[in-house]
Amino acid sequence: MDVIPKWADAILIPLISILLAFFISALVILAIGEDPINAIKLMVQGTFGNSAGIGFMLFYATNFIFTGLAVAIAFHARLFNIGGEGQATLGGLGVALVCLSLPWPHWTLALPVALLGGALFGALWALIPAYLQAKRGSHIVITTIMFNFIASALLVYLLVEVLKPAGSMDPATARFPEGTHLPRMSDILGAIGIEFSDAAPVNVSFFIALLACYLFWLLVWRTRLGYEIRAYGQSEPAAKYAGISPTKIILVAMLISGGLAGCMAINNVMSAERLVLNSVEGAGFIGIAVALMGRSHPFGVLLASLLFGFLVQGGAEIDFWTNIPRELIVVIQALVILFTGALDNMVRMPLARLFLLFRNREA
Amino acid sequence: MDFLTLLQIFDSSVRLATPLLFACLAGLFSERAGIFDIGLEGKMLAAAFFSAAFAAVSGSVWVGLLAGIGASLALSLVHGLASITFRGNQLISGVAINFLAAGLTVLIAQDWFQQGGRTPSLSGAARFGEITLPFADAVRDTPYFGPIYADLISGHSILVYVAFLTVPLTWYILFRTRFGLRLRAVGENPAAVDTAGISVVRLRFAAVGICGILCGFSGAYLATGLQAGFVKDMSSGRGFIALAALIFAKWRPWYALSACLLFGFLQALSLRPDAVEAIMRIDVPGQFLDALPYILTVVILAGFVGKAIPPRAGGDPYVKER
Amino acid sequence: MSDGANTGGAASVAPAIELKGVSKSFGPVRANKDISIRVMPGTIHGIIGENGAGKSTLMSILYGFYKADSGEIFIGGQKTEIPDSQAAIAAGIGMVFQHFKLVENFTVLENVVLGAEDGRRLKPSLSKARQLLTELAQEYELRVDPDAKIEDLSVGYQQRVEILKALYRRADILILDEPTGVLTQSEADHLFRILKGLRDEGKTIILITHKLREIMDVTDTVSVMRRGEMTATVKTSDTNPAELAELMVGRKVLLRVDKEPAQPKGNVLEVENLSVIDDDGVERLKKINLTVQAGEIVGIAGVAGNGQSELLEVLGGYRAAIGRVRLNGEDIDLTGASSDGQTRRAKGIAHVPEDRHKEGLILDFFAWENSVFGYHHAPEFQKNARFMNNEAIRSDCEAKMERFDVRPPISSLAAKNFSGGNQQKIVLAREIERDPTLLLVGQPTRGVDIGAIEFIHKQIVALRDAGKAILLVSVELDEVLSLSDRIAVMFDGQIMGERLAAETDERELGLLMAGVTDQSDAA
Repeated sequence: MDVIPKWADAILIPLISILLAFFISALVILAIGEDPINAIKLMVQGTFGNSAGIGFMLFYATNFIFTGLAVAIAFHARLFNIGGEGQATLGGLGVALVCLSLPWPHWTLALPVALLGGALFGALWALIPAYLQAKRGSHIVITTIMFNFIASALLVYLLVEVLKPAGSMDPATARFPEGTHLPRMSDILGAIGIEFSDAAPVNVSFFIALLACYLFWLLVWRTRLGYEIRAYGQSEPAAKYAGISPTKIILVAMLISGGLAGCMAINNVMSAERLVLNSVEGAGFIGIAVALMGRSHPFGVLLASLLFGFLVQGGAEIDFWTNIPRELIVVIQALVILFTGALDNMVRMPLARLFLLFRNREA
Repeated sequence: MDFLTLLQIFDSSVRLATPLLFACLAGLFSERAGIFDIGLEGKMLAAAFFSAAFAAVSGSVWVGLLAGIGASLALSLVHGLASITFRGNQLISGVAINFLAAGLTVLIAQDWFQQGGRTPSLSGAARFGEITLPFADAVRDTPYFGPIYADLISGHSILVYVAFLTVPLTWYILFRTRFGLRLRAVGENPAAVDTAGISVVRLRFAAVGICGILCGFSGAYLATGLQAGFVKDMSSGRGFIALAALIFAKWRPWYALSACLLFGFLQALSLRPDAVEAIMRIDVPGQFLDALPYILTVVILAGFVGKAIPPRAGGDPYVKER
Repeated sequence: MSDGANTGGAASVAPAIELKGVSKSFGPVRANKDISIRVMPGTIHGIIGENGAGKSTLMSILYGFYKADSGEIFIGGQKTEIPDSQAAIAAGIGMVFQHFKLVENFTVLENVVLGAEDGRRLKPSLSKARQLLTELAQEYELRVDPDAKIEDLSVGYQQRVEILKALYRRADILILDEPTGVLTQSEADHLFRILKGLRDEGKTIILITHKLREIMDVTDTVSVMRRGEMTATVKTSDTNPAELAELMVGRKVLLRVDKEPAQPKGNVLEVENLSVIDDDGVERLKKINLTVQAGEIVGIAGVAGNGQSELLEVLGGYRAAIGRVRLNGEDIDLTGASSDGQTRRAKGIAHVPEDRHKEGLILDFFAWENSVFGYHHAPEFQKNARFMNNEAIRSDCEAKMERFDVRPPISSLAAKNFSGGNQQKIVLAREIERDPTLLLVGQPTRGVDIGAIEFIHKQIVALRDAGKAILLVSVELDEVLSLSDRIAVMFDGQIMGERLAAETDERELGLLMAGVTDQSDAA
């Protein structure tokens, strides 16, 4: 029998892990001679004090939802996709190529095609590692890491040598045409009479990310494909016995994963209105933290993404107002990954003992 | 391309291969004992910062080296705790350690030095100087042999020689000692080691510890030998290139040397686009040379050029069976 | 209580090993209850019991893997604590595990030396070990090439390396856990000769097994375990298999399943010249010919690892093969190009796999999710083209659980939370209720409690009586004999012979299982 009840497994353990991560982060802040309480205050004020702060938080969260779902779907097939960063980079390329290819008349036409372009490029970038894992047994963790570096080199090359408009010094593409500019949250909410700052880049992509969460849930727990992905993730020999092809599952799961990571580009690249170097800014890696924290469930991923959106926005605030650099967020991200991903048993083992104690007392 | 240019490129290959070699051998100890380590990058970075910081403050590069090793060992301990004691996922732990180092180094650098995440520039005794080997100047004028000895073999910092000597040492430890036999066994079948009455946990911690020390050397060389101080993210993927070299070398010490020299050579080439253009007669993008180690690793992993088989128990936490 | 057979009843000799009141619990499960046992030096002592009787736990305590909750251990009359394997080795205990603990890509020599080296440098240890191995080889028929890699050795030789490891560590007490499970009859015979030789040299041997015949053949004394308790210790010469069997299960064992004679009605499955070559290039099946008729149970007997698993995997659709297989006269694709588990099921081949934990079930899935595993493409479980009808699956599962008396009958419980017998019933219900034309069953009662065994056997017989063809694979010879109508014996990827169950016995099948070619089949 399971010692730890389901609710504790889904909520209590991640919660304790995150509190541990925050506690150690607070110690780090103390150690560099700053006040953690003050830091939290600044982060909260800087995020929730005005609608621009919230807007930035949601903007970052949109990125993390896509990359978090990308890591999560791979986790369901027991694949560890560290390549979200590279896949999102290539997704950016896909989105940029779509945006630059036609004089788009309106964003409603550009967005679906750009989404497709981003997903396609991201998926294709995941396809080679997936194929090598399925057919040649090459460890997907290593190949996706390698593909991150290859993607970044490729993008530098393309931006410097190919896509840079003539005469420009900046390693970036030309500006996207007017018709690809997405409506911002301020436009959307303004239409129904709610005032929202137009300083923040959060845009219609946020709603697409929410939709992606719902579709993810449908896919994993309601469709035959999701059933097969989960079955393969739990036991490869069982999948073979049931006539589920491991090759197919690895390829499909990784294509979806890379596609989701690529979709992120509709948010960061389209709102920047051109493709620049390093536009992903580590969101691919934060996706790992988000997926681990969210237990690979879309609702968990959503919550974790909002939390990380808050951390990144708050981190920018304390970077501005205090002597704490924004790299604090990287530390918190590392600790979240460490506690929810690698030190899971450190929380789980004492908790299991505790639950056993209670159960024995009841019995 | 003339002989001297070639010599310069080889010389710079040796320097660039050194941090790779330390890290690669570090990974070799860890992975041979069954603990995957994709946190080489983070340990290298942490060591780079702490060695530069302590060297800057104390004025002694040796103090810096010790501090670098200490920092790297501390991260190794975290990795050991996660992957050995608590039987967590070694890959996830490695990812976490990379970010931990990336964040903490900047955080602490800013607190200590207020220079935007870098340390002050190192000079004099706070850096590893170049060693001139005996007779280097005397033989310099001998054609071919002279410049090779005087410029390529002589004139590196002590850590370069340490790195190259670590290769035969690693080979000896692994294949000629009791410790090496046990270490290789625990990476292949920990149950065999356990039932032979040897502690799997202690053995694996020892391996992870050695990995920490070697990563410490790697990072220290980076910040106090190759360069003169720490800058944010200065390891810039070297830990992953070392990992790639380890796979390329099929987890063997002598092959590791060749792989690191090859990747060091590629890095040296990308610094000299003029020389590359001179040989190839075409414009090879520098980015292609940057990406080449990773591309080669993928090709190796794909098994088209000899299969790389990792230690069998690699990545699996050891749980006693009944 | 019996003293050792070879000690001539000398009361002054201390037992080689003695346990007093040893108990061990895992949470609420009491694996060992108050175990006491004495084994005299220079004897072979058997410990027999069913799966899960607590034998392995007891041995793990002796080898320092677990710490007993209470009780004492005496070695050679001395009270001894065994906190870890090192202490066990120091106390002179050597263990040969069921699953060998060898480093596959090391040489024999390196494996023997590992953990028992002399000093930090390896060379002196290796040359000393080479010397000693030569001596041991001559003394006990334990010849092995010291420079061979383990992965190149056959299972029998690998086991010898395990014994050599123990002897190299100067073990006086040798414990063997189910040593013959993976051996052919002749390898097993050789092992027993070695063991007897060791005993005659004064070593003490503890043999753990669930096979009655081995106990009768080789032991001097025997202890029986049942549900964590030591129910009896007797001299082997004073007992017989029937008595031991009764002691093992706590009541008279039903050795025969109640069933009418079969009424076969024509071939359902025809296998012709079926061969399998695995990824390592080893030929696992060698031109097998076999038929199964409707209304007939054909049992495959054989030592594990002689090709039975591969046969099931080929027929189940997830291993490629060459040759010809026909179902009701229709050819089945064996290349894997246009067939898999799904297409086999569509043709009416159901499959209860040998290992339900690895293959038959997804342990973390709910019972209802498992109840359609492999049939999740069936139209009645779909809502639209790609969506699964979870409500329909759940109510279908609950109905099955009731018919097969699965306890607890809760479809939303994860598979891992059911007992072995109930897990097997979930698998069986899934496969049988699809009304297959051919049922493949592997190890139907492995790790299943007695009550469930009877139920499962009855279900299989009922399916036969409904006119279905059944191919049964089991390493339990008793089960094959009592359940099958016709028996084919496999050895080394070949079928050595076929017998009608009513016209054969364990002795004859045992010879075939050992690869002894039999004249009447050659004709």
